[in-house]
Formats: sequence, C-alpha cells, structure tokens
Amino acid sequence: MITAFIFRALDRNTYIVLGLLLAVGILLPLLSLTDPSFPLHVPTYVIALIGKYLCYALLALSVDLVWGYCGILSLGHAAFFALGGYAMGMYLMRQIGARGVYANPILPDFMVFLNWNELPWFWYGFDHFWFAAIMIIAVPGLLAFVFGWFAFRSRVTGVYLSIITQAMTYALLLAFFRNDMGFGGNNGLTDFKDILGFNIQAPATRGVLFFASALALALGFLICRAVIASKFGKVLIAVRDAESRTRFIGYRVEGYKLVVFVLSAMMAGVAGSLYVPQIGIINPGEFAPANSIEAVIWVAVGGRGTLIGPIVGALLVNFGKTWFTSGVLAEYWLFVLGALFVAVTLFLPKGVVGTLLARAKARPTSTSAPAAVSPIEASIAAEEGA
Amino acid sequence: MTATHVETSSPAAREKASREKAKNSLLYLDGVSVSFDGFKALRSLSLVIEPGEMRAIIGPNGAGKTTMMDVITGKTKPDEGDVYFAGDTDLTRMDEASIASLGIGRKFQKPTVFESHTVWNNIDLALAGVRGPFATLFHRTSLRETARIEEILDIIRLADKKEWLAANLSHGQKQWLEIGMLLAQEPQLLLVDEPVAGMTDAETRETAALLREIAKTKSVVVVEHDMSFVRELDVKVTVLHQGSVLSEGTLDAVSADPTVIEVYLGR
Ligand SMILES: Nc1ncnc2c1ncn2[C@@H]1O[C@H](COP(=O)(O)OP(=O)(O)O)[C@@H](O)[C@H]1O
Ligand SMILES: [Mg+2]
Repeated sequence: MITAFIFRALDRNTYIVLGLLLAVGILLPLLSLTDPSFPLHVPTYVIALIGKYLCYALLALSVDLVWGYCGILSLGHAAFFALGGYAMGMYLMRQIGARGVYANPILPDFMVFLNWNELPWFWYGFDHFWFAAIMIIAVPGLLAFVFGWFAFRSRVTGVYLSIITQAMTYALLLAFFRNDMGFGGNNGLTDFKDILGFNIQAPATRGVLFFASALALALGFLICRAVIASKFGKVLIAVRDAESRTRFIGYRVEGYKLVVFVLSAMMAGVAGSLYVPQIGIINPGEFAPANSIEAVIWVAVGGRGTLIGPIVGALLVNFGKTWFTSGVLAEYWLFVLGALFVAVTLFLPKGVVGTLLARAKARPTSTSAPAAVSPIEASIAAEEGA
Repeated sequence: MTATHVETSSPAAREKASREKAKNSLLYLDGVSVSFDGFKALRSLSLVIEPGEMRAIIGPNGAGKTTMMDVITGKTKPDEGDVYFAGDTDLTRMDEASIASLGIGRKFQKPTVFESHTVWNNIDLALAGVRGPFATLFHRTSLRETARIEEILDIIRLADKKEWLAANLSHGQKQWLEIGMLLAQEPQLLLVDEPVAGMTDAETRETAALLREIAKTKSVVVVEHDMSFVRELDVKVTVLHQGSVLSEGTLDAVSADPTVIEVYLGR
C-alpha cells in the first residue's frame, strides 16, 4: 500500500529533483572536507549558509502543500518551524550536561541562573535523541491538529484564517519570551556542544547535518508528490477551486484540511529541527509573524502549487537576502522583499517555476491549446473571473 | 375573551399525520421557513416528491427556488419546518457531506466544476465510493470505476475532451459536465438548478432529453425559467412565489391558473 503510494509520485521531474538534492547533499559536504588548497574546495561557511537555505526550502514546501494545493493561506507556519527547532534545542541543551557555565549536570544554565532547583516536567525525556525526534514531529503536529480542529470545523477560511494563524504565532512569540515558561526566555537556547555525541562545530558534523537537511527536503518533496498524485490530492485541489461544491459531492472538507495541515506542520517542524543545530541558537524571534510572511513570499516567488517552485523560491530569495543584507543597503531589505512580493503578484502570478512550467507545456502542444493550461494557471484565471 | 379557541386537531396529531405522509415520499418538506436578516426567502413552504418522480419547479426570480435547494442539501438551516428524505431521515440535522452521501446530488445554478481539474478527474472525484481522507490517500482507481467514468463521459458527450481542463469547456459543456458529476454520484434524488440558462436552443433540447433519460431511473427536481424547456420535460409543475407554493399541476393547468398569470404577467 505504502510502496504503491510512493511509486505513484515517481515521474521524471521527481527523479530530477531527488537526484539533484541528493547530489548536492553528498557532494558539497565532501568538497568542504577537502584541503583548502583544492580548487573545488567549499568553505565551511558556505555549507552553513546553504544548509540553512535547505531548511527554509523545506518550510516553503510545507507552506505550498497547504496554500498552493488546498488554498489555506497559513501565515503562521514559522510557529511550527520554531517548535520543531525548540524540541531539537532542548535535546541539544541536555547534551551540554555539566559543561555549562554553572556546571550543573542536569539543569541548563538559564535555569540555574533563574534559581530553579529542578527540571520542569516538560523537559523530561529530552536527554534522549529518540524522544526529541518524536517531539519534533508530534508537537507541531498536535498544535496544528488542535488549531485546525477548531478553525476548520467552524469553517474559518480566507483572510480570517490567515489572521488567526498570525495571532497564533504571535501568541507563541509572547509566551516564549517569558522566562517562567522554561524555554530560556528572550535568549532562547544556545551554546550547544554536541549532537549524538559528535562535536556540533566539527566540519564533519556540519557536513552530516547538511546532508540530513538535503535528505529531509528530498523526502518531504517525495511525500508531497505522492500526496498530490493520490485521489486525496485531487480532493485538495477541488477544495481550493470550489470548496462548497466539494462538500456537496460528499467530501467532509474539514477532515481533508486537518490532515494536510497537520502533515504540513510536521514537515515545518522537521525543517526547524535541522535549522537549529546548524545555526547554533533558537530564540523566540523565530516565532515573529514576519517570518511566516517571508515563507509565503518564497512560495509566491517560486510559484505556488508546483512543489518545485517553493524550493527554488526559498533558495533565490534567501541568496538575494544574504547578498543584499551584507551590503550598505542592508536596512532596506524588508522594503525590497515587500516590493518583490508586489511585483511577483502583479507580473508573475504563477511565480518563476510556474511561469517556466507553463511555457514548457505550451510549446509542444500549442495546437491543442486547451489542455496546455497548467492547473495553477486555470485556478488563477478562475479567481480573476470570480 | 370568554371562550378558548379549540383546534380541530392537536399539534401532536398533526405531527403524526405529517409523519405518515412523509413515510411514503422520497422528499418531504412541510412548513419550511427561512429568513435572511428579516427578509423571508421561504414562507411555510411545503412540497412532496414521490419516489421515481420528476418535478419541474418554476417561479419568478427571487421566488426562493435556490434557497429551497440550499435547505434540502444542508447549506441553509431552516428557521422552522420539517425536511425528510426517504421517509424518516431528518435532513435539517445533517451537514452537506452526509446529505450528499445519503444520495442527494445537486447541480448549481452557476455551473461549478473544478476548473483546474481535467474533465476525467471531475467525474472521478464525483464517483460514488471512497470519501474519507485516509481512504482517498491510498485509493487506486479500479477497472470498474474506469469503465463507469467512460460510460458517463459518453452520456454527457465529453468523451473526446476527457483530458481537457474543465476551465476550457464552453458554458454548455460545463453544465453537462456538472450533470455528469451528478450521475457519477449515483444519487437517488437529483436537484438541478436552472440547467439550461445560457444554452443554445439545440443544447436546451439535448439537455431535456438527457434529463428525461436520467429520470427513468432516478427522482429529479428541476428548477427552470425556460418555459419551452419545461414543456419539453412534460412533468408535473410546481409554481413558487414569494417563498411558498402558488400552484401545482400540469404545465397547462398552472398556465391557466389566474393567480399564476397574475404573478407572471401582472407586473
Ligand atoms: N444568503 C442570502 N442572504 C440574503 N438574502 C438571500 C440569501 N440567499 C437568497 N436571498 C434572497 O432570498 C430570495 C430568494 O432567493 P433565491 O432562492 O436565490 O431565488 P430564486 O432561486 O428563486 O431566484 C431573494 O430575494 C434573495 O435575494
Ligand atoms: Mg435561483
């Protein structure tokens, strides 16, 4: 059953994307381990940078799954990303052990600093990697389930749903800022030492984390492809196109939204968990409402409803951001990002990849025009017509 | 006030009598009222459809025809009144998806097909069968299902366009696709809202033939403005006006009804 489910996903484009991701995931770390005099040597900072982008790409992919295919414009996905990151951060904090500034074998430094005497119950278990790994998926999934249960059952849609997702991430931002929440408050979790016993700063560890990020992105892509290729995926698109029509055919739309929202949140959680060890810190800033909006912009730039688009969009925009913010114009980045979003919406509604795909499809079949229109193009045309 | 008014039958007895009547019908509406912000779209509407019957509903714009379909399919909850399906299923307590699963299919006034899906996928989605999210995730289209889709595509004359995106169909073709989706659901009762609006004369005639064909095996309620189309259907007609039934009978009988003439011609 599962194999048939995955096999359906394997078309030519999927092979290409998986191949590319795995090639990058293996080659770049290997090249970073070569001698600096080697002509193809890749500096460690590049690995750190691209590793971070790969995590962003997985976040963007998760946003595309709900927004591009089911019409749920979530402006709160950074919350799931951050929760996954915190779960990983808690594991990494426990790994520090007695090597902290206060040398307490059990309590992380910030708890000693706050004069706490024992570990809060919700920190139990995070000394085991397997436990943290479960929490990385379970916590974002549970939040998405509870949130989605209420929101989708009461049929909150469109801009109202977007607003409450923003409220959700903002509420978490405020909560995690508080010292008495037990997650390090303003400073968050940092000063990590080891992961699974390996020095987190070592080039080889960084290489493995990079590979893990590429692998997670590849798996996320494969799962999304399989979901979209199934009848479930067809229902998602039907919900996006004409929600009430889908109900009248007999599909319980809220169930579909809930399943895809939870799946997407879990993917975002995994992305966050791989991001944190590569960045070396997780703090409440990751819950900032602007982060979720940025993720949506990556998807819009790359092309929503394409799965490849969000990956390309996340990479393009973040390369742009890194380049831009390292120059004198750094403080204008948010304006550039805003302008980019407006420009894409106006001139490239299908995004970079969406536009290219539509072109590629239109060319060989230009005589039988009707079938050449891509799904996303048709849905945009339908929205404009409405 | 010396004497109290005595009801000829107690509410309980009336309820019992109406239950009796509901039992033998496929669709039973009694005293249904719906208001939107004080405006009464349906006023104590009563309507009975027998199993296997085809009924045409006519009435001027705003008479409440679409609202009536909204009530039957669970989109709108009535303020008061009974709606029963197949005797004893209370539709007012159910949501759209479960009403659809009971076997009530609906075609909307404005054709609503899934624009970014192909014609084939539109039918596939409507096809009776799996509905739950986990069932569809692992579902594989069976040979029987494929055959049924092909069959429906033939009936609605879109077999040669099965790979087309629905967005690219003409208005009339979309209407047919929607009728095809309705058939795919294998409902017991089809509710069809203004199927020939915007169709050419030839398309209108073909649609009438198609619906008559469907009505051989299913109950159908058709809402329509087009009198020549209603004549073509040749079935019992209910005239709706200001949210309740004005007249009922053959098309000739209701056309001769002075109250109907008043409504249609008097303004
Ligand atoms: N959701 C709604 N909100 C407010 N008024 C409505 C709504 N739906 C229908 N109406 C009103 O109810 C009346 C009946 O509408 P409708 O059932 O669409 O009529 P018909 O289909 O017979 O043309 C109209 O006056 C319409 O404006
Ligand atoms: Mg109407």
